[in-house]
Amino acid sequence: MVHQVNSGHPGGSLGCTEFMVALFFEIMKKNKNFDMDGIGEDLFFLSNGHISPVFYSVLSRSGYFNVEEMNTFRKIDSRLQGHPTTHEGLPGVRIASGSLGQGFSVAIGAALTKKLNKDKCLVYSLHGDGELQEGQNWEGIMYASANKVDNIICTIDNNNRQIDGDLDKVLDLGDIKSKFEAFGWNVLNIEEGNNISKIISVLNQAKSMCFKGKPIAVILKTEMGNGVDFMMGTHKWHGVAPNDEQLQIALDQNPETFKDY
Amino acid sequence: MNKYTNQGSVDTRSGFGAGLYELGKTNDKVVALCADLTGSLKMNEFKNDFPNRFFQVGIAEANMMGIAAGMTIGGMIPYTGTFANFSTGRVYDQIRQSIAYSGKNVKICASHAGITLGEDGATHQILEDIGMMKMLPGMTVINTCDYNQTKAATLAISNHNGPVYLRFGRPKVPNFTETNQNFQIGKGLKLLDGSDVTIVATGHLVWEAIKSAEKLSKEGISVDLINIHTIKPLDIEIILESISKTGCIVSAEEHNIIGGLGESISRVLTQNKLVPMEFVAVNDTFGESGSPMDLMKKYKLDSENICVRAKKAIDRKSN
Repeated sequence: MVHQVNSGHPGGSLGCTEFMVALFFEIMKKNKNFDMDGIGEDLFFLSNGHISPVFYSVLSRSGYFNVEEMNTFRKIDSRLQGHPTTHEGLPGVRIASGSLGQGFSVAIGAALTKKLNKDKCLVYSLHGDGELQEGQNWEGIMYASANKVDNIICTIDNNNRQIDGDLDKVLDLGDIKSKFEAFGWNVLNIEEGNNISKIISVLNQAKSMCFKGKPIAVILKTEMGNGVDFMMGTHKWHGVAPNDEQLQIALDQNPETFKDY
Repeated sequence: MNKYTNQGSVDTRSGFGAGLYELGKTNDKVVALCADLTGSLKMNEFKNDFPNRFFQVGIAEANMMGIAAGMTIGGMIPYTGTFANFSTGRVYDQIRQSIAYSGKNVKICASHAGITLGEDGATHQILEDIGMMKMLPGMTVINTCDYNQTKAATLAISNHNGPVYLRFGRPKVPNFTETNQNFQIGKGLKLLDGSDVTIVATGHLVWEAIKSAEKLSKEGISVDLINIHTIKPLDIEIILESISKTGCIVSAEEHNIIGGLGESISRVLTQNKLVPMEFVAVNDTFGESGSPMDLMKKYKLDSENICVRAKKAIDRKSN
């Protein structure tokens, strides 16, 4: 889909594919039909909205809309905007994201409402590591522990890449785990963040830690562009589409791809 | 000429506090969020009686806006409370993406708007907020004139599904509209019928406009006076009907001349019927410290300047 419109963000999408598949098909409790309020089901918020390709992929494969609609990605009159939005009414999306750093606050708000509604389901969110450079995150991180928002599991895609280069060269975040712990969170690491069975196991552990007075962060060590050799080990595929030849090489390296859109 | 009586001076923010407290009793979906200004926003009664539905977020307005957006998912109706400056400019991107573009049912309630915030000075006196908020697609923008109207608006917006910016102020000002009035979003109110000049005022300038109409009446000038509480969507009909009778118009607001009510009205005139128009507004400057009344006088946001502008508009009709 990124290739088709010659725009979009393949690197982070590929890096988070295993996580998103695990979350949507193994971990989250979902109601059959989409409803914005999501009462009695787990909720997911994508804070790093630029990885919309993988988000739309799991949403369509979850049955929220037809897979064929993926062909409209980033085109005129599409519900699949470059960055996810509720504005066009795409089922599965509950907040617009793209301008970074806003997802923690939104997830916390939704978690507070779940508590008011006595809804025991959970709120999940995904954030880029570079995105943590935005100050609003830390306002939310501080709030969640101070107010015992213990029904959220927030995952950080820790690929150590951002547009201008390696994250520790652009603006080093230091030890992310220690930072979350210093803010009063329980933190779990997934060292092999592209290993689906490891992801499932840690997310299940995270679920078992909910409702115990602390919010939970999962640090997911991923490889940007995972599965496509020329996209790995560099920040250069953050927001660049592959050409015809590169697409063919990438697909050949991933024979299990559905290839139906 | 109708007479409007000051039933006693009260701050508009207390009208917000009273409305919010009433909602606390009548609507269990209403939640309130505050960024360390509970007393200033008059949210204490709500906080004390409905502690489970009150959320103190600390000095972190961006987080407050995002939490409010998230809380709508599952059916809550969040009312955020802080100063107008911190309700808009400081958090514009959060409002734009997480609230307005996401179509969330958040009520952004903003006190200490405009120059009458007074002594704290220009850092806190936002004069650009109406402009910023009215530019956001889907945002309803309301600026109330007294205690009773602010209370009524606070109640009414809970029944409107969509984001609202509700702007009110700090100083004690005359309370002259009806108690328990029926507040209709988007409906201007005709306060006086007249034939020489239309005056359209919003917020604290409505009382000043009433005073100016009384003065002008003594000089034989008859004012058609409109109280516009909703700046977006603007009641275009009431304005066009009035100018078809008077042939000239003055807008009056406690806001920058750029981006405010006057600018919205001038677009209505340009698209429908051109008549002379004069503006009472802050002339593209920042404010400064001072008492609210001294500032209103210095920045020409008072009944005297409304009279001057009204006469100028009338004069321009014959040129």
